[in-house]
Amino acid sequence: MRACAAALMALAALAAAAQPLPDGRRSGFEFMGESTQAMQRDDALNPGMLWVLEGEAAWSQPVGAEGHSCAGCHGAARQSMRGVAARYPAFDAALQRPVDLRQRIANCRRKLQPQALAPGDEPQALALEAYVAFQSRGLPITPPADPRLEPARERGRRLFHQRLGQLDLACSDCHETHAGRRLGGSPIPQAHPTGYPIYRLEWQSLGSLQRRLRSCLSGVRAEPFAWGAPEWIELELFLAWRARGMLLESPAVRP
Amino acid sequence: MARTLITAPSSARRGEAITLRVLLQHPMESGFRVGADGRLLARDIVRRFSCSYNGERVVAVELFPAVAANPYLEFSALALDSGTLDFVWEGDHGFQHREQRTISVT
Amino acid sequence: MKRRPVLLTAAGVALLPPARATPEAMASAIRSFTGGAPLREGKVQLDVAPLVDNGNTVPVTLSVPGAPPAEVAALALFNERNPLSDVLRVDFGPRAAARSVSTRIRLATSQQLVAVARLADGSCWSQRVEVVVTLAACIE
Repeated sequence: MRACAAALMALAALAAAAQPLPDGRRSGFEFMGESTQAMQRDDALNPGMLWVLEGEAAWSQPVGAEGHSCAGCHGAARQSMRGVAARYPAFDAALQRPVDLRQRIANCRRKLQPQALAPGDEPQALALEAYVAFQSRGLPITPPADPRLEPARERGRRLFHQRLGQLDLACSDCHETHAGRRLGGSPIPQAHPTGYPIYRLEWQSLGSLQRRLRSCLSGVRAEPFAWGAPEWIELELFLAWRARGMLLESPAVRP
Repeated sequence: MARTLITAPSSARRGEAITLRVLLQHPMESGFRVGADGRLLARDIVRRFSCSYNGERVVAVELFPAVAANPYLEFSALALDSGTLDFVWEGDHGFQHREQRTISVT
Repeated sequence: MKRRPVLLTAAGVALLPPARATPEAMASAIRSFTGGAPLREGKVQLDVAPLVDNGNTVPVTLSVPGAPPAEVAALALFNERNPLSDVLRVDFGPRAAARSVSTRIRLATSQQLVAVARLADGSCWSQRVEVVVTLAACIE
């Protein structure tokens, strides 16, 4: 019956996610067609759940010379990881800079297995990210009130409004000025990271926010920053602040 | 080891129609896409799927490249007796994956 | 009579866009499923969004509300403009209940889809639906 109640709560949270906030902010979910929304709502239909299952298996898998696993330190993810994805990117005291969830997981894994995880969307890193993010499904995005994040977040805000690429477009041009209108037949969403990592129909695969931002830059014919460049985290910080209070839908489905 | 997500009831009433939903993690590379180097990416798809219930056929499906990646199938079976549901996927490059689920019918 | 010089290298062939199926190719694929039986409109239902979010993953459902399940032997889906006309073929066995299947398909462009049901008595029924597919705005 506990599982039933939890499922019902998650469903209620998802239904709540579908309603626009009084300030007019709407999740990308609302800009999708009915059948794509149905694909996200139902865990039996959502291809992102394949990666969540993979992450669940990876969570308990022993790695490295001493055979530690995520579960060895963190126990059951349902308890220990609840709310974690909702407050990333966060400041990493050891590295003295902000990191996103993927980097946090990679850093942790590297302690267990020094040669693990190269940049990019490698399958296991993505699966773990999906599994951890899934534990925050239905929770509001809650950027930490950490003053150490402010300089990077401000740089992210400026990047969001900066014209880029051969098309000379800023993120805000499409996702604020023209949000809700159509580009090439497709509705332009408001660019809130409410469901990452997402199963993007265009990719026919799961992918991170960084991957999505890269394709945005390619879209305006700008050269994307290198994988793991600070600009991505700065943008992610700003986007998370901009979406504060909106509910997480991870793993979401998006066109 | 391909990942699957199978939604099948663990129990049913005799004579009930049950809904079976299967999702398989597979790229379903169509064979029509061109890679970053300009060369055609070789076809790699699941070609056949079948489901049996205590050895009797429920469905046999032939899939073509037009089926989307991470193929999803939803169909209906008649619950007549308790036993085993068998799911088999086969495809290019010797791909084969089997799953089983048990069902109790009263 | 002039002859046009044709230059085809192996790389050139690989770079050619995939040929589109033609209406004739679709008719031929349908014939291979029907065994030549005449195609009549009706009985079979094809559920698909008229305007899709992304042509890479389009949910569809084929069903036969117009005939008792035991009468329906097989279902198939065909398309007009992907490189291949066939999308999916389903044979129902003795343990199948409702004659219905849902899946997700790829559509290269806006086109007509044809669902065909083959009944136990050999008769074949079809339904045609036009689907609009737009390209994703921001692609990699």
